[in-house]
Amino acid sequence: MISLNNFLSAKSSSNSASKGAVLPFVMLLFVATLLCALGNALFEAGSLFYVSTYTITLLGKYLCYALLALAVDIIWGYCGILSLGHGAFFALGGYAMGMYLMRQIGDRGVYGNAQLPDFMVFLDWQQLPWYWQGFDQFWFALVMVALIPGLLAFVFGWLAFRSRVTGVYLSIMTQALTYALLLAFFRNEMGFGGNNGLTDFKDILGFSLQADSTRIGLLIVTAVMVAIALLASQMILKSRMGKVIIAIRDTEARARFLGYRTDKYKVWLFVYSAIIAAVAGALYVPQVGIINPGEFSPLNSIEIVVWVAIGGRGTLVGAIVGALLVNYAKTRFTAIMPEVWLFALGGLFVLVTLFLPKGLVGLVADLKLKYQRSTTDQQQGLNL
Amino acid sequence: MRYFLLICCVLLSHPLLAAKTELSLASLSVESVQRLQPLTQNKLKQSFKLLQAIPSTEQAQMVQLYQALLKGQLYFIKASGQFISVVKSGSHKTYTDLLNQQSLEPLASKAIKKVRVNNKIRVYLRQLLAKLELGAVAPQARLKALSALLKDLNAQSLQTVQGLRLTEKNLDVQQLMDVIIDIDKARNAVQLLDKVSAIDRLGESLEPQVRIELVNLKALSTEAEVIKALDKALTNIGQSRELYGYLDQLFFGLSLGSVLLLAAIGLAITFGMMGVINMAHGEMIMLGAYSTYVVQLLMPNFLEYSLWVALPLAFVVAGSVGILIERCVIRFLHGRPLETLLATFGISLILQQLVRSIFSPLNRQVASPQWMSGSLEINPVFSLTLNRLYILAFALLVFLALLFILKKTSLGLNVRAVSQNRAMAKALGIRTDRVDAMTFGLGSGIAGIAGVALSQLTNVGPNLGQAYIIDSFMVVVFGGVGNLLGTLVAAFSLGIANKILEPTTGAVLASIFVLVFIILFIQKRPKGLFPQKGRAAE
Repeated sequence: MISLNNFLSAKSSSNSASKGAVLPFVMLLFVATLLCALGNALFEAGSLFYVSTYTITLLGKYLCYALLALAVDIIWGYCGILSLGHGAFFALGGYAMGMYLMRQIGDRGVYGNAQLPDFMVFLDWQQLPWYWQGFDQFWFALVMVALIPGLLAFVFGWLAFRSRVTGVYLSIMTQALTYALLLAFFRNEMGFGGNNGLTDFKDILGFSLQADSTRIGLLIVTAVMVAIALLASQMILKSRMGKVIIAIRDTEARARFLGYRTDKYKVWLFVYSAIIAAVAGALYVPQVGIINPGEFSPLNSIEIVVWVAIGGRGTLVGAIVGALLVNYAKTRFTAIMPEVWLFALGGLFVLVTLFLPKGLVGLVADLKLKYQRSTTDQQQGLNL
Repeated sequence: MRYFLLICCVLLSHPLLAAKTELSLASLSVESVQRLQPLTQNKLKQSFKLLQAIPSTEQAQMVQLYQALLKGQLYFIKASGQFISVVKSGSHKTYTDLLNQQSLEPLASKAIKKVRVNNKIRVYLRQLLAKLELGAVAPQARLKALSALLKDLNAQSLQTVQGLRLTEKNLDVQQLMDVIIDIDKARNAVQLLDKVSAIDRLGESLEPQVRIELVNLKALSTEAEVIKALDKALTNIGQSRELYGYLDQLFFGLSLGSVLLLAAIGLAITFGMMGVINMAHGEMIMLGAYSTYVVQLLMPNFLEYSLWVALPLAFVVAGSVGILIERCVIRFLHGRPLETLLATFGISLILQQLVRSIFSPLNRQVASPQWMSGSLEINPVFSLTLNRLYILAFALLVFLALLFILKKTSLGLNVRAVSQNRAMAKALGIRTDRVDAMTFGLGSGIAGIAGVALSQLTNVGPNLGQAYIIDSFMVVVFGGVGNLLGTLVAAFSLGIANKILEPTTGAVLASIFVLVFIILFIQKRPKGLFPQKGRAAE
């Protein structure tokens, strides 16, 4: 009975909202990004059209969060896997990028040691650990950004989905995963900077991270990645595989009885989602300038789920809208009334789950439907 | 059950053990006090003679005076010649009238004068005090005096011990006296056989001082037999120390297990029985802890009884917040566990911020009552901290009470019925909405009680609940959802596993290992250690 309800509600939302909404949204995204970039590059401070570098960085950060929200939406909204540990993949991607940036500092660190990052000199390490080898190459770091989180997601997913761990259990396991990683990365012995994480980055591919042009470049790259992820996800979800995935979300047992290896579909979707999250993390680190174990905290991962829930799960655009809106609100609230923010966020959680099960995008779609219905009713009335 | 009784006995007997029977100057006659007056002249030779002249019948009453004199805390008021003690702690000084034990108003430093002592008097006083304490009425005091003697043995004190050994009745004191006599034999016995047998007996003792003594002796000894005996005794001591080391780990494991049990047991009801993923569970614990804090604020003079007030209050506070949450939010989300997760997480954020706004984000200090501090010494290398012992007993008590409620009361019957088959229960006339509210209230209330207990072990702050929420879920999932006994087994096995791993891997790595183990375990047995069987299981 319950699953039938879910099935019906989810079906209507996915049909009404996501169809055709992706392309216009990508266009909008590009136009907005370009306008901001031009505003920063061409106009002087004080001009009406000037966009500050702070805003550019902030936008880049929001877009990274949006990408992360998209990753969660793909598995939660379309496959019913509620991951409370996606922050872990995000942070792992971030650490891989952070390691590359760390190596780029070279001898410009406080201790001026070209061979070792500052924190290792501080801890009196004699040589670079084996897992840091190769991170001075950009391509290697990029491969690792995708490979490490992808591999973790594969192993975790393969173990979990094969033994049919579902629902609540899976959510709590993912939370335990990110919690374990949080504890591990806090240790100095791990060789990832312990409590302080990796920071003090200087440049990326030879471009200074402090320069406005680099910031604009990073924003544009992020926007492109969001667009690619959106289009690719839409393609996957519209394909035959996407249909099976939605079937798994609605009634997994039936999909299995029809002969689909549901566990395989779930594992691959989980890996895909983890890689998107990792890419978001890798883009996040150069723009924010720090990565520390705090990113692994279970609280962060749950916050991502809220962005998706508020925007509207099961709609690709909804996740992005949710992430942008909530983070914008967070920035504003924490600046004006920091103590109110947690009340507001908590209240949002409760209100959205109670009154907006389909999120904002679902609400808009419902209103549209109602409006159409009422106009057709009126027309019918006129015809009579 | 037997252990439980044992613990109860220990708990009951402890206050009696600690009871002090102190004699003071007040019980002396006026003349005897008068006789002390020449001390105020501060002539050292005269003072020494005076102290020696005090008859042994009065010495027991003089202990406080001796102690003050020894520590240089004995002063007298210049005007009246009254003896007082001045105890410095930091920059603060407390003044006490030695005669009637009443504390005095702070006095000007010119109005009082210190009673002078020299080394000769100090040595005399130390010996006198040791002898007096050896003859003390309370066995505890005698043990303490003997332990002090053990570190500083000389021929004179040995003679006193040998003399007292003949009349000593307390078993513990007898044992310690034997150890002292044996140490002397091991050092000075003329017969080799005596020496060896004394060393053999010392091998049974766990006093740290004995081990040091034996190691020293080994360095000095030349006879092969003695060295052999010493080696044997030392390995013997090493082995039993290792054994008690394991027991110590086990106790800390059990203690951690009891904390996990307390934290998780409420969740076993809300999550296990009702299927609500209550992320605000940790905040219920926090509310309980803050109730304790508030109670102690309101009744600062009755610290000893504050916990007894805090326990029911915490249950009511957390329970009613729980009922409120159930009525306002959770009842609209039946059968949608993942949604309850989000909503209750929002509630947990609100509660945290609420506490932060009311009590400030800083940690608050919750005091432990006198009867909970201290420890129960089993032997010199193994002692059980009392507060951990109480909390262990308390956790088991709460568990049993909950088991009783669920198995033997009509509320429990209703709860089980609704959790097994909601529709059928409703058809049979059970008011399911009321049962839901009561169940959630019960689970939350128990979390509140857990908060009172945890406030005795950790800092009380707005993030208190966050620290326990993941562990609590792990315990419930590991034990098997909907199974109270599973929660018990899971809590203790995880606690013990954690503490056994800790010495080799360190605390953080141990908890990582345990987490990874649970993640892998759930893959193997998705329904936990004790899965529910039959139709009730989905």
